[in-house]
Amino acid sequence: MSGGLHVNNLSHAYDGLPIVSGVSVFVAPGEVVCLLGPSGCGKTTLLRVAAGLEVLQRGQIHIGERIVADGVGGMHVPPENRGIGLMFQDYALFPHLNVFENIVFGLPEPNPERIRWVDQALEQMDLTACRQSYPHTLSGGQQQRVALLRAMAPEPRVLFLDEPFSGLDTTRRARVREQTLQLLKETGVATLMVTHDPDEAMFMADRILVMNDGRVVQDGAPVEIYFEPVNGFVTALLGPVNRFDGTVEDGHVVTPLGTFDANGIDNGTVVQILIRPDGIRLTLPATPPPSDSGDAPRKLALAASKSGNSSVTPVFRVVSARPLGRSSHVVITGHNPSGSEILIEARVPGVFLPEPGCEITVSVNAREAYVFAAD
Amino acid sequence: MRYSLTPAVAYPFLRILRQRRFLFNRWTVGTLLVAALIATPLVAVVALALTPSDDVWQHLVETVLGKYVLTTLHLVLGVGLGTMVIGTGTAWLVTICRFPGRAVFNWALLLPLAVPAYLLAFVITDQLEYAGTVQSLLRATFGWKNRQDYWFPEIRSLGGAILVMTLVLYPYVYLLARAAFLEQSVCVLEVSRTLGHGPWRSFFSVALPLARPAIVIGVTLAAMEALNDLGTVEFFAVNTFTAGIYDVWLNMNSRSGAAQLASVMMVFVIALIAAERLARRGQRYYHTSTKYQALPSYRLHGIKGACAFVICLALVALGFLLPASVLATYAAEFYTDTLSTNYVRYVWNSLSLSALAAFAAVSLGLFMAYGVRLNGGFVVRAATHFASIGYAVPGAILAIGVIFPLGALDQLIDAISRTTFSTPTGLLFSGTIVAIVYGYTVRFLALSYGTLEASLSKVTPNMDGAARTLGHGPAATLRRVHFPLVRGSLLTAGLLVFVDCMKELPLTLILRPFNYDTLATFVFQYASDELLEESALAALTIVAAGIVPVILLSLNIVRSRPGHALEITKEPVS
Repeated sequence: MSGGLHVNNLSHAYDGLPIVSGVSVFVAPGEVVCLLGPSGCGKTTLLRVAAGLEVLQRGQIHIGERIVADGVGGMHVPPENRGIGLMFQDYALFPHLNVFENIVFGLPEPNPERIRWVDQALEQMDLTACRQSYPHTLSGGQQQRVALLRAMAPEPRVLFLDEPFSGLDTTRRARVREQTLQLLKETGVATLMVTHDPDEAMFMADRILVMNDGRVVQDGAPVEIYFEPVNGFVTALLGPVNRFDGTVEDGHVVTPLGTFDANGIDNGTVVQILIRPDGIRLTLPATPPPSDSGDAPRKLALAASKSGNSSVTPVFRVVSARPLGRSSHVVITGHNPSGSEILIEARVPGVFLPEPGCEITVSVNAREAYVFAAD
Repeated sequence: MRYSLTPAVAYPFLRILRQRRFLFNRWTVGTLLVAALIATPLVAVVALALTPSDDVWQHLVETVLGKYVLTTLHLVLGVGLGTMVIGTGTAWLVTICRFPGRAVFNWALLLPLAVPAYLLAFVITDQLEYAGTVQSLLRATFGWKNRQDYWFPEIRSLGGAILVMTLVLYPYVYLLARAAFLEQSVCVLEVSRTLGHGPWRSFFSVALPLARPAIVIGVTLAAMEALNDLGTVEFFAVNTFTAGIYDVWLNMNSRSGAAQLASVMMVFVIALIAAERLARRGQRYYHTSTKYQALPSYRLHGIKGACAFVICLALVALGFLLPASVLATYAAEFYTDTLSTNYVRYVWNSLSLSALAAFAAVSLGLFMAYGVRLNGGFVVRAATHFASIGYAVPGAILAIGVIFPLGALDQLIDAISRTTFSTPTGLLFSGTIVAIVYGYTVRFLALSYGTLEASLSKVTPNMDGAARTLGHGPAATLRRVHFPLVRGSLLTAGLLVFVDCMKELPLTLILRPFNYDTLATFVFQYASDELLEESALAALTIVAAGIVPVILLSLNIVRSRPGHALEITKEPVS
């Protein structure tokens, strides 16, 4: 192994309560890895243990070629000797130091080459004007960038980012994210980032590790995680979903939105079917659905014939439609196989605002209907 | 059917801090050492209590012990009751009612804190004795010729001591009760009123129970001070434990007898500490709401307003204006008498002792508070807790706890020096100002520790984490991050300890080297010899120093808004 961060089989508990259980993480130099999970899943604890702010209990941590913590011998290199950088969620800028003093705080001695780097980075991050300002006079976005530069100034081998963008409003986020990513890629540092925001993880990460209850449930590239989630938890973590319950019969499962392949799950198994709002296509009955769009939309007639009552075609009606800018949020009603009414959410590209109450045709891309055995 | 994400919650810092238990061994050991140093006198007193008694003890039991117990009990109960009624009443008046002068009384009611009880005792006696202003005026008015013609209460009595101490100690209760009333959500009071309770009933059924823990803390602090007092009870010849310890020590020349008395007295101290700790624990459960508005105001008109005004004015007048003006008058007239003594020397002694103790208390307090921050382990916490109960232990007891270990240490060093270098070293610690500074530090450490702990707790643990991950060790982090951030509190803590040391009497009287006087011991001796006028300048100097923390607290009161509780751990008055 050369460079980067290796966390091997790390376990951690508070007062006997396991927080992290046997997690391994590898971050190569220049790579950005995101730990994605809901609050309380142990991702922040993992980060703090890796940084040395907490004493490792079980497992082993390497930074570069060096072992910095080993649960077996109780070995613990204190954080100040690990050659790491950590950016805190609340930034933790020193209030008694100005921007420049904050950034050079971690430099062992005034080093002209690093000072030049700092000046350049300040310029790049649009911070030159507030070089002498104190943290409380800065906006959230400026504070975030100062904290990032402070963590990076001593040239750490590994950089930890704890919810780096959570304090920013959505309009600022995009720009700051872009600047951050650019800086990370320029320096080639190994970066481990913790977030609960799937958009952030998707944007920043080369690789995402989804965590739940102290374990890694899926490890893969962002596109893989989004389009090939391994279970219902991961699917739901990455965005809102419509969730249906069903039972596998003849290798298929019936939902209000149609019948889907059960992906080899045994007959008789209780399953959940998750469909994202943007996986649902809506068309007004007046205009016929696109016939050869390439992703083979399932006709609802098929669902009707499969479920045996061929004479009745399920009827979907619009409940509400709201514009979201580049897409529209449409709520429709459908019917469970049992006949009860159910609300379904759909996200349609462009402005698509049918009148509430009007009938609508629904189709679902089979690849975007995720079927998992129920927990 | 929708899975919604909850936003991330801040991390569980406390758990994380607790987890670092075995990490910073040097700091842990250092913190424990400091705690042990501070706790030594307390342990020594307990140890002395367990050593076999001798003849003096037998003698004490047969003669005066019963009287000490009863008198002390009366004093503590009397002062406790007096400060509770006055402190709570005035706090309610100035926070809830509107009457003439309220804005001024808001802070002026704190002024008596600047006057040590023994100074008020001297001044009141001076005014009320046979040749004093009051009796002379009465005789002139009614044509009485001598003592047989009329009855006049004797101020130099237990009742007088209770009165004097109540007048200068009620601000403890006032301060804490006031903060508690301000913290209360206005809603609960308004709910009470909408449910048909009038102002009086609302006070007794809602406001008072909610403020009870704060009031109990204030009363126990006042009672601790009453227990600590030596100047007043000696001057009034009231036989409390503190007076007894002093007499047995200096007049009967029995160290072990004094130690025995001290250990019996510890029962009172432990009872008060227990009451205070229970109240502090209870305080947590009495916070009602985080929403605050301006408190409702009951406008007091006519006679009611006048009564409120007169009550507040009388308290400020008796507790501060009278002693300050009498001392100022005497000082103006007799300052040359004071200056002809070793006044400058006494000022220097007081200043240097207080400065040394303030420096020690602040350094050790910061060290301990930072040590606890680094290592939240149970042992360290328990040790620092124990070390910071010095404020509850009367100076006379602490003096004994200081002198025994230091005496033993002196003998040990002397013996070693004699055998190895054939030169005796004599008393290096116990008969020198080292003993006084040590005693001051033990007694007032809680003051600096509490102030610094509160201040450090406002620095988020992420600051530590940031400095550590940026390559700075614990010591460098303290120096470069925490020290600049808590600098203001260091100054405040030092000032509070400094002023308390300036006023301190019992510890100084017992521990001072031969022929060594501070302002306080000088005034005490002169006033005891009916030479108040001649020492008035020195007394006024003490009051002037005592004003400093009152100003700090007043500024705090003026700045504090509802919801911003005053941070009071322990306030001066010796």
